[in-house]
Amino acid sequence: MNPDLRWKTRAFAAYVIVSNSLGNLFLALGMRSSAEVSSPLSFVAAIFNPWVMLGIALLISWMLSRMAMFSWADLTYVLPVTAFGYVVSAMLGWAFLAETVTPVRWAGTLLIVAGTVLVGLGDPHAENTSR
Amino acid sequence: MKAWLLLSVVVGATVVSDLLQSFEMKRQGEVHTASSFLASVFQKKLLILSIFCMAISFFSFMALVQIADLSFAVPASAASVVLETILASVILKERVDRRRWMGVACVACGVYLLAL
Repeated sequence: MNPDLRWKTRAFAAYVIVSNSLGNLFLALGMRSSAEVSSPLSFVAAIFNPWVMLGIALLISWMLSRMAMFSWADLTYVLPVTAFGYVVSAMLGWAFLAETVTPVRWAGTLLIVAGTVLVGLGDPHAENTSR
Repeated sequence: MKAWLLLSVVVGATVVSDLLQSFEMKRQGEVHTASSFLASVFQKKLLILSIFCMAISFFSFMALVQIADLSFAVPASAASVVLETILASVILKERVDRRRWMGVACVACGVYLLAL
């Protein structure tokens, strides 16, 4: 892989992690201050909550940047790398939403980080065996 | 129980969406500019179908974060990574080396612990 593509991949991976974790945090904040969703209309009402809107905007940018990454990097590289965003989300839930995270959950979080690092050390583009 | 049902829908719809996206985007080739990418999005049927699946996943996720902890909902949804890796290897014929399998196994164990 050439150096330019390697840096592009790293920059996209970093943006994907930040936009996903902040998007999830704002979405959770907004959904908790909205009425319980039980019908399509209640979903529409929840979407107009400012926190939910901000969360959705971030998650849309996350989706587009991740979709672009799929065009040059393998699915099996993109997915575990972006899984790191899940871990950051858990930490934000603990820090900003006052959620109780048990030691077992933290152990699980660390395992996900370890798995993410293992995958991230490899080349993001592997030859497709069907080509 | 409702949380697990919603989580299953989130994971299932995400798996289908990601596989369709990866397949369609690989067929298109590397993206160089945002404008050419955005212009081509709505011409791809599988990409539109993947966006539909993503919408199902997203609305289920909205309902999930309303009733479950974010520190549970988000990491638990990483269960999709395990299913997707297996399907990417089988359906998309991606070569998954030993290190990636080990990484994915770690993610799977991590998700299991988070779900306890």
